[in-house]
Amino acid sequence: MTDLSAGGIPTDRPKSSLLTEDARTKKRNAAERRFKMYGLGAVLLGVAALVMLLISILGNGLSAFQQTYVTLQVELPADKLDKEGNRNRDEMAKVSTFGYAPLIATAMEQTVATLEIETELSAKEQGEVISKEAAAQLRNFVLANPQVVGQTIEFEFLANGRIDGYLKDRVTRETAALDKNVSPGQLDLTDALMEEGVLEQRFNWAFLTMPDASGQRPEAAGLGVAIMGSIYMMLIVLGLALPIGVAASIYLEEFAPKNRITDLIEVNISNLAAVPSIVFGILGLAIFINFAGLPQSAPIVGGLVLTLMTLPTIIIATRASLKSVPPSIRDAALGVGASKMQSVFHHVLPLAAPGILTGTIIGLAQALGETAPLLLIGMVAFVREYPAGPPEGFFDPASALPVQIYNWTQRSDPAFVERASGAIIVLLIFLVSMNALAIFVRRRFERRW
Amino acid sequence: MSVFLLLPLVLALGALGFVLGRSRAMTSAGGSIRNLHSLPSYYGFNVALSVIVPALGLLALLSLLLPILIDNRVSAFIPAESIAQDTTRSLVMSDVRRVAEGLDTAIAAGAMSEDEARSLSTDATDVRERLGAVGVALGSTVEPFVLEAAQSYRAQAATAQLWTTLLVLGVAIAGFVVSYLRTNRDFRARNVVENGVLVLLMAAASIAILTTLGIVLSMLFETRNFFQDYRWTDFFFGTTWSPNFRGDSELGIIPLLWGTLYISFIALLVAVPIGLFAAIYLSEYASHRFRSFAKPAIEILAGIPTIVYGLFALITVGPFLRDYFAQPTGLGESASSVMTAGLVMGIMLIPFVSSLSDDIINAVPQAMRDGSLGIGATHSETIRQVVLPAALPGIVGAILLAASRAIGETMIVVLGAGAAARLDLNPFEAMTTVTVKIVSQLTGDTDFASPETLVAFALGLTLFVITLGLNVFALYIVRKYREQYE
Repeated sequence: MTDLSAGGIPTDRPKSSLLTEDARTKKRNAAERRFKMYGLGAVLLGVAALVMLLISILGNGLSAFQQTYVTLQVELPADKLDKEGNRNRDEMAKVSTFGYAPLIATAMEQTVATLEIETELSAKEQGEVISKEAAAQLRNFVLANPQVVGQTIEFEFLANGRIDGYLKDRVTRETAALDKNVSPGQLDLTDALMEEGVLEQRFNWAFLTMPDASGQRPEAAGLGVAIMGSIYMMLIVLGLALPIGVAASIYLEEFAPKNRITDLIEVNISNLAAVPSIVFGILGLAIFINFAGLPQSAPIVGGLVLTLMTLPTIIIATRASLKSVPPSIRDAALGVGASKMQSVFHHVLPLAAPGILTGTIIGLAQALGETAPLLLIGMVAFVREYPAGPPEGFFDPASALPVQIYNWTQRSDPAFVERASGAIIVLLIFLVSMNALAIFVRRRFERRW
Repeated sequence: MSVFLLLPLVLALGALGFVLGRSRAMTSAGGSIRNLHSLPSYYGFNVALSVIVPALGLLALLSLLLPILIDNRVSAFIPAESIAQDTTRSLVMSDVRRVAEGLDTAIAAGAMSEDEARSLSTDATDVRERLGAVGVALGSTVEPFVLEAAQSYRAQAATAQLWTTLLVLGVAIAGFVVSYLRTNRDFRARNVVENGVLVLLMAAASIAILTTLGIVLSMLFETRNFFQDYRWTDFFFGTTWSPNFRGDSELGIIPLLWGTLYISFIALLVAVPIGLFAAIYLSEYASHRFRSFAKPAIEILAGIPTIVYGLFALITVGPFLRDYFAQPTGLGESASSVMTAGLVMGIMLIPFVSSLSDDIINAVPQAMRDGSLGIGATHSETIRQVVLPAALPGIVGAILLAASRAIGETMIVVLGAGAAARLDLNPFEAMTTVTVKIVSQLTGDTDFASPETLVAFALGLTLFVITLGLNVFALYIVRKYREQYE
């Protein structure tokens, strides 16, 4: 050692010291820091992507929960709405929405006149500040409450989508000048009405309860039917996937002999978990609709397809939680004379229940957000009627939350972008609460051995 | 009797069977459990299961088979010469079903009596108008043979329903009687019930096989129909995709596959470095506190539905890329492009790559790291030269799984990639993928006789084979690797 340090070091190389870094160590340390920075950068990029995604959705969608309403005094003349004068609902129903539209336009004109707002707009143009859906709203209200005919009532109408957009800064005077659906004059009127309190923005419950509306009436479009359809499908998935998944897992984990058939089933389950979701849509279309003759757009078909998709998730989770129950539990049960079946159903299954429940909720959350297979089984159809109560309602046409979002993205009016983002917020709220429930169940009930 | 009535009825009979079976067993044992072979509830379960399981099985079978049988018989009713040139038997059949449903609705609404519906003829009444009055809109006037077929359809459906009711109730009652009579104190009820339950468990487990079989068979069957109309060489080697519902479509898969692979490639280019570096940082460098915040945050990305990513691509990433990259450089004018879809899909795949790689990196034995650090390597040198090579097969497996995800992904490309089938290298052009075309060929009104619709099944089968192949290969690699250290 001493010999080496005395003469072994080449003189042309500077003395190296542990205290001062030489060039090569510096390089290596720099590389180390760089590498660490790359890693940190990657993590931050991932988190940033999440934040961007959420900001984009929230920024576009939060305004969907605010809606502009116009409050007007509407005169409901009996001679127009109820010619017979006997308030018979069937006869009153003969007056179509075209009979109601002039009433609203008149009410608007009168309001503008009494408030002494100066405008150069014609009565028709003033009326266009109100949604095209307003006449149908008023008609439904009158048919539900025939006694109001002949009176003057205060009624809240939806404002037109463009007016709503103007108050949310989506429409400006420049774009309005180019837009044939709205004019700058109408925006001036909007400002004036806003000042007088005739127009106001409020929380939009109708967004959660109303059915979808046509492409020209974004202000009236709601998620009611879609939420119903999604809930129906989740009920079907829960009712089928949970028992079938648990039964299959019990068989595979506790009873199945080690043979080729069991192997085949296991390989199948792990492959099904990785099959693209759209392929399940093709399966649903070919088997459930074309072969079995189930109706298109119905929650039952969607539920069945999503059940098949969710099964692998539930089976994998259930098997994991069955596996985590220690064999001593089984042995003890068998030791006091229980049969194998009794030991599983009376002891192992209850102990595994929290894990199974967690897996099921997560599987359901996945199924709730799934879109592609539902497109193929006709759930994109435009559905305005609410499905009936279960079980008949399972066979009625309905929409689903993610499909409704897709539907709205395909429409030209930019107001539907806001609606779609708002619907995503609703979907995410559902998902977050389901996942929170799953975490709660796991924290609260799961036992670790 | 409808299914909705039959189902609760059978279940109620089963519940009744439980109570009666249990009490019969108790009576035969003279009221003392000790004289029974099994616990009393097993006798109840035995009767209940014998009622419910065969009856519901039969109900499911009949409601699946009878409509097909009726369709075949009614379809034979339609004379071949009355099927017009521009239509098919299945379209006529859907008319028939629609008229039959219309008649049902008319009766339910009270606009027509049962006898009237049965004896209706096109000479005497305008069926279209009468059905229109109760809210059933028909596309054209009802041909006499369609009305006849619809009437026969209704008659047969009524007969079928009657038979279903009788058979199902018969089986339920038979099950009830047989199992009830067998119930006595020496009957081994527990063994019978447990065997029955085991069969049910096996049936549940075999649903996985049935699903796979259903997927493969349904697609194979329709794909065979497709290749009877369209040459398979043109499908697999054709370089133009221009479906045309008037006929003479060119349905080459090459441009779709190119779009799919190009988008997946860009997605992996984004996801693999970010995901891998994130996994390395989180498992090797990060403090416990940072990890407990960052790892769930990244994994949230995996729980977000793909439609959300699709909308993100459509309203944020697409316009951003167009305004700041594509238009200034003159590469493209479209917001939906390969780049848009690829970037967003890459974000979606980050958690997929990172959590799989994280598992694999953690599985590398600590001794290997210690050895490397002990001879003076820096931390990053250890990772690059020891940990990563040891984890490489697993990481390759993870990347393959991510690739299979990317290829099968639908909503992001539907909203972000565009619809034009194109063979191009420019990533700022809109291109399309296999999944987008499956969606566009199968949504809306579809006619299952035309190759333009059937091609979707061939596309689906191709997709299924590719993703299955990638998955099997990836799992093989991952498993082989795991065996080395366990």
